[in-house]
This record gives sequence, structure tokens and C-alpha cells, in this order.
Amino acid sequence: MAFESLSEKFTGIFKKMRRQTTLTETNMEEAIREIRIALLEADVNYKVVKAFTQDVKEKALGQEVLKKVDPSQQLIKICYDELVALLGADDTAISFNKNGPTIFLMVGLQGTGKTTTAGKLALWLKNKGHKVLLGALDVYRPAAIDQLTTIASQIGVDCFSLGTNVNPVDAAVMAVEKAKAEGYQDLILDTAGRLQIDESLMQELTDIQTKVQPQETLLLVDAMAGQDAVNVANAFHAKLRLTGVVLSKMDGDAKGGAALSVKYLTGIPIKFVGVGEKMTDLDAFHPDRMANRILGMGDVVTLVEKAQAVMDEKTAEKEAKKMMEGEFTLEDMLKQMKSVQKIGSLGAIAKLIPGMPKLTEEQQESAEKRMKDFETIVNSMTPYERRHPDTLKFSHKSRIAKGSGKTNADVNRVIRQWEKSKEMMKQMKQYQKSGKMPPRGGF
Amino acid sequence: MGLFAYLKNKFSGKKENPKAVETTEKYQKGLAKSRAAFWDRLEDLSKRYAMVDASYFDELEQILIEADVGVEWTMDLLQKLMEKAKEEGLTDPKKVNEELVDLMFVDYVESGDSVVNDLSFTPGKTTVLLMEGVNGVGKTTTIAKLAHRYQQQGKRVLLAAADTFRAGAVEQLKIWADRLHCPIVTGPSNGDPASVCFDAARYAKEHQIDLLIVDTAGRLQNKKNLMDELSKMQRVLGKEIEGAPQEVFLVIDATTGQNGIVQAKAFQDVFRLTGIVVTKMDGTSKGGIIFAIRSELGVPVRFIGLGEKMDDLQEFDLDEYLHALLLGGEKSDA
Repeated sequence: MAFESLSEKFTGIFKKMRRQTTLTETNMEEAIREIRIALLEADVNYKVVKAFTQDVKEKALGQEVLKKVDPSQQLIKICYDELVALLGADDTAISFNKNGPTIFLMVGLQGTGKTTTAGKLALWLKNKGHKVLLGALDVYRPAAIDQLTTIASQIGVDCFSLGTNVNPVDAAVMAVEKAKAEGYQDLILDTAGRLQIDESLMQELTDIQTKVQPQETLLLVDAMAGQDAVNVANAFHAKLRLTGVVLSKMDGDAKGGAALSVKYLTGIPIKFVGVGEKMTDLDAFHPDRMANRILGMGDVVTLVEKAQAVMDEKTAEKEAKKMMEGEFTLEDMLKQMKSVQKIGSLGAIAKLIPGMPKLTEEQQESAEKRMKDFETIVNSMTPYERRHPDTLKFSHKSRIAKGSGKTNADVNRVIRQWEKSKEMMKQMKQYQKSGKMPPRGGF
Repeated sequence: MGLFAYLKNKFSGKKENPKAVETTEKYQKGLAKSRAAFWDRLEDLSKRYAMVDASYFDELEQILIEADVGVEWTMDLLQKLMEKAKEEGLTDPKKVNEELVDLMFVDYVESGDSVVNDLSFTPGKTTVLLMEGVNGVGKTTTIAKLAHRYQQQGKRVLLAAADTFRAGAVEQLKIWADRLHCPIVTGPSNGDPASVCFDAARYAKEHQIDLLIVDTAGRLQNKKNLMDELSKMQRVLGKEIEGAPQEVFLVIDATTGQNGIVQAKAFQDVFRLTGIVVTKMDGTSKGGIIFAIRSELGVPVRFIGLGEKMDDLQEFDLDEYLHALLLGGEKSDA
């Protein structure tokens, strides 16, 4: 299948190599060829692919094949190092303005997600405790301003607009004045989408930039963009000295290879990644993690970080300790499940865990339904029962089943799940003591 | 007769008809970038080589892939080209280039049936056109252009704003409806899009509408619940108007890379697409996606967006397209 994800593709290649004991020129050639096609199909720019595969080949061929090292591991390492180099240094911090509002100028082609991302960014800043103002400068696309004001009211952020009968440059200046006068910490300016070849509209952006002197000029790049993305980025960069790229629509099944090429060829850092349709679906970009993801090694780091943001760290520690000691109640289990839900959909989480098979949409739905049932049943128990599910008698179970509108079998399933999890916790503890990791696939 | 001779021949005789000349000009303008990135590069390449060799084919590969024609198709095409060159002892780069373009043309023609790209109408019956696509490809704008096109032809057009999800989407279509003096059926924001379809179908029947165009929310093809929602809309339309929707168009942004084909495949799996509209062609040098879609799916490109003006949405014409891509910028047809 030509369009499996890059991760899967690499996993396939490495699996093939895993059975081989030595890394020969011949088997390398095949893997390299596969890598090359995989990258091209991921929309990585042709020139970048060429440079990348050349580098990997040279590094791998030049190296002695290490004895006792799995050859595929060796190639993973080389690919990983090269991909990280390709993605560039991890320099994605926002340059906040200490003496006034930090101004963000969002630019890009039509339909790349500027308005939605402006909203997401506003919410992200608001959640940092900032007072944020959105500025609607798209006077061309019908109802673009409506879209931004609707989003603004959804996320509880103020929005400034002067309607469509106004020069966007003037509107930008007014927005800045308002932000300064009313003590906003951030101002996000949403501009109209435009083609990089449209001279007059590009000039308009230059004018806005000169007038408002934004700290951040962010180019939206669609994860689905093809080979042309590099030319687009080059053109915008030449006119506007971009400070960053936001990679949008990464929740789709496009691989986003084009954005990687943008980073490689222009050096503009990717600062954010749009990962869904909800206003909270904006992530920081981490090149090392992206490289991990491409290599099919998952992104455990992101998962842990997200989990941390959701769960209070101290209770997490207490809970972890309790769980490790085997005092794991149904209440704990429910709490855990709920915090997992807060992180994101099951499918999204599964993607981040290495070795976890991809969930189909149906599997996801049924798993989410089972989680819901689990919650209903646990909520129908008394606090004592939740803490001591092993003491439940038939009559208790019948009552719980009735109370939750489920069957006795459903209640039994909940208890069995709890027993299994408890057992797993114990095993984890043993692994932790012995210093070994549990076998993969045990998730 | 090679493709070039055919095109030259066809277009040299076309000068008489002003309407046809206008179309040709639109194609040439909209595809100027693509031409520079494709044919001009092929020409440059042929000038740098006295005769073709392995590295010549490497460079051809780069040009094709950078035009987003697709990796698999490129490999396939070059394989055929190399075989043919070997068989016929072709070493002249210019000849090889022309052979390549011939192969592309043949492949396009053989990859699917030739169809009439214009919409067809049955008197007394509403033709329903459902517009689908991922987020941000230009569905709403394309709908406005199509509505304008068929209004010009004297058709009664109705719009249905079934994108109840994206903030501002209904307003955007309303503004277009206003400008076009075209009736529109809307529903509450975040309401059920299928009920908008129901209302629109009813309205269409009551008001003898010739063409009902349904705008849908952009959706990524890997979101199953949203794809289910589209199926429901189709069912509702079919219940109200027999055989509806007669046309299901997928709108694809020309700047999309390999995912364009993934998108088309995913939508095709669920919805029997009857056509593709490629938008934003003027902004990119990557017109190659048209070949990739056709070759992979056999779904015809029906309309092509060559600019921002209302009449820049053109019925797709392969000859015009190739002419603009290969010969478009030439001073004369000689």
C-alpha cells in the first residue's frame, strides 16, 4: 500500500532488517531506497530527501557494523540523528515583549487554518494567564471576521475589528493602539490568506509588519501541502522575515513532510502544531519527538507531559505510590481513566505509545463506550464498594447492575478489569525493582 | 502524430472563436507557473544533455516528483519511458521529453472514461450537487463560482449551507448568496446538516430549482463520524429527490501533495464521487496532481480553478490544460 504512514513504512523496513545479522551494502541499499520513497510520499521535498538519504547512506556505510548490535537499531540511530538534524535545533520559544503587548502576525495561503489557529493561540495564551486580544484583518474573505468573532466569544477572548470597509493596515494600527491602551499582553492579528505571488497583497503584509512591528510573524503551513510548500515559505520569508511556522491539520493522515522540508531549507523553526478541531488542539513542536514519531518509536515524552499538565503532580505521585503498592481501588482506576480522557481521544493517545497497535475508528468508539459504561457502574457503587470491589456479593452486584441500568455480567466485567489492572500494577512494581522494563505490547 | 503536433494543429485553427480564445488565455495564465516548473525545466534539461543517460532520467524523476505527480506514478512512467527509449533507440533528449509527455497523455486518457464535464440537467427535476472536501480547500468559494456559472446559463440555482460546524461558514455562503441574488437554505449553527439538506430539497421541489448545491463542512477523511454524517446527508437528499445527489464533487487544493490522492481515495470509498474540482491552480507550480488523481482513481477532474475571479473556474479541458502546460507561453504557435 503506497500511503501507509511514514512511521508504519519505517517500521516495516526495520522489521525486514531485524532478521538480518549484518548490515550489508545490498540490504542497506534496499532500505535506503524504501526510506527515499517513503519520504517522497510523505511530501518531503525532493532535494531534502536526496540530501537526507545521501547522508544516511554515507554514515551507515562508513561505519563498522557493531558486533552484537541489532543492525536495524544501528540504522534507526543513524536515521534518527539525521532526521533530528533535518528538523533543526529545538528553538521554538516565543519571544514575548516585556514592554507592551506581544504582537503575533498570522500569515499564509488561503485555507491553511490561520483564523482557527489564531483562536487556538489566543486560548493557549489565555490559559497562560495572559490578557489577549484578537485582531480581525481579513477584509476579503466573506464572513472571515464573523468567524473570528465567533471563535473569540467561544474562548472568552476579546476581538477587535473595523468591519470590511477598511484598509487592513489601518485596522492593524488601531488594534495595536487598543491593545496598548487597554493593557493587553498579547495581540494576535489574523490576516487574509493570499498567494505568495500576489504582489499587492504581499505588499499589504509588508506594510502591516512595518507599522506594527510584530514580535512573531508566523506562517501557517498545511500538513497536507505538497512539494510547493518550500517555495511558498521562501517567498513569505523573503518578504516578511518569518519567525516561525505553525503546522496545521496534523490530525489528518497527511505526513506533513513538507513542513520538515521548510525547516530544512529555510531554517524557520516550527513553533506550533495544530492537532484537531477543538480550540485546545494546539501543541508545541518538538523536532526530536517528531523524528521519533517518523521512526515509529512513538512519542512517550509528549504523552507524559500532557498527562502531567492534566493531573496534579502531587496527587499523581501519591497515586503512583499507592498503585505500586497494590492498593489500587476502583476509584483510582476511574480517576486514571478520566485523566486519560482529558489528555485526548484514545486513538490520539494510542498513536503516541510505541508498540501500541493502531486503533480503528470502530475500536476507538467501542473502547470509549466501554469506558463510559465503566464509569456508570462504578458511580452506582457505594464508596466502600469502590474501595473493596473484591468483597461484592451477588446481591450487591444485582443492585449495582439495576442502579446503573447494566447487567450483572457488566458489573463482573468491571471487577475483572480492576483485577487485571491491579495485577499489572504489581508486575510493574517488580519490573521497577529489577530495573527492567516490562515487555512491549503489554499496554 | 505526436501530442505536440496534435496540440499545435488544434490550437492554430482555434483563433476565430473569441470565446475559445478567452478560455485558452485563462488556461495559459492560470498555468503559467506550472508550465515554468514543468515544461521549461524539461526544455532546459534537454539543452544540457547531448544524449540521454541514467542521470538524465534521474533529473526527469526530480522534475516529475516536484510537480507532485506522485511517486508511484513517476516511477511507473519513467520505467515505461526507459523501455521505450531502449526499444526505439531514442537518445535525443528532446525526443525523449516529447515521448514522456505523450506517455502522460495516453495514460490520462486510458485511466478513465471520457466524460462531459459540464453538469447535465433534466427538465422539471432538480440536479443536486454535493460538495465535499477537507478543510480549507475552497469549497464555499467554488460553490459561489459554480452557482454564478449556472445562473449565467439561465438556471435557477439554490444553495444549502450545510456546513453548520465552522464558525462563520454559513455567513460566508449567505454573503455569496446575497451577491448572486440566489436563494439559500440555512440551519442553526451546530445543527444537523442532514436537516438542512432536507429543507433544501423540499424548497427545491416547491420552487422548481434546476440546481441545488450543498455546501458541507470541511472534514479530514480519517474522521469516521464526520464521514458518516456525509452519508446521512446523501441518504436524506436521495429520499427527497429521486437519484439525488446526481453529482458528488470532491474539492482538492492544488497545493496539496500526496495526501490529495489519499483524500480522493477515502472519499471515493465512501461516496461514489462523480468528479473532482481542483482549486488554486494559479497559485502553484504543481499542476501534476491532476495526473496523479486520474491515474490512481479514474475520477475525472471536472472543473479547475485558474484564478480568483468568478469566471476563473473553468470546465476542465485536457487539451487546453496540456496546451497551456506545454506550449502555453510560446510567442506563436509556429
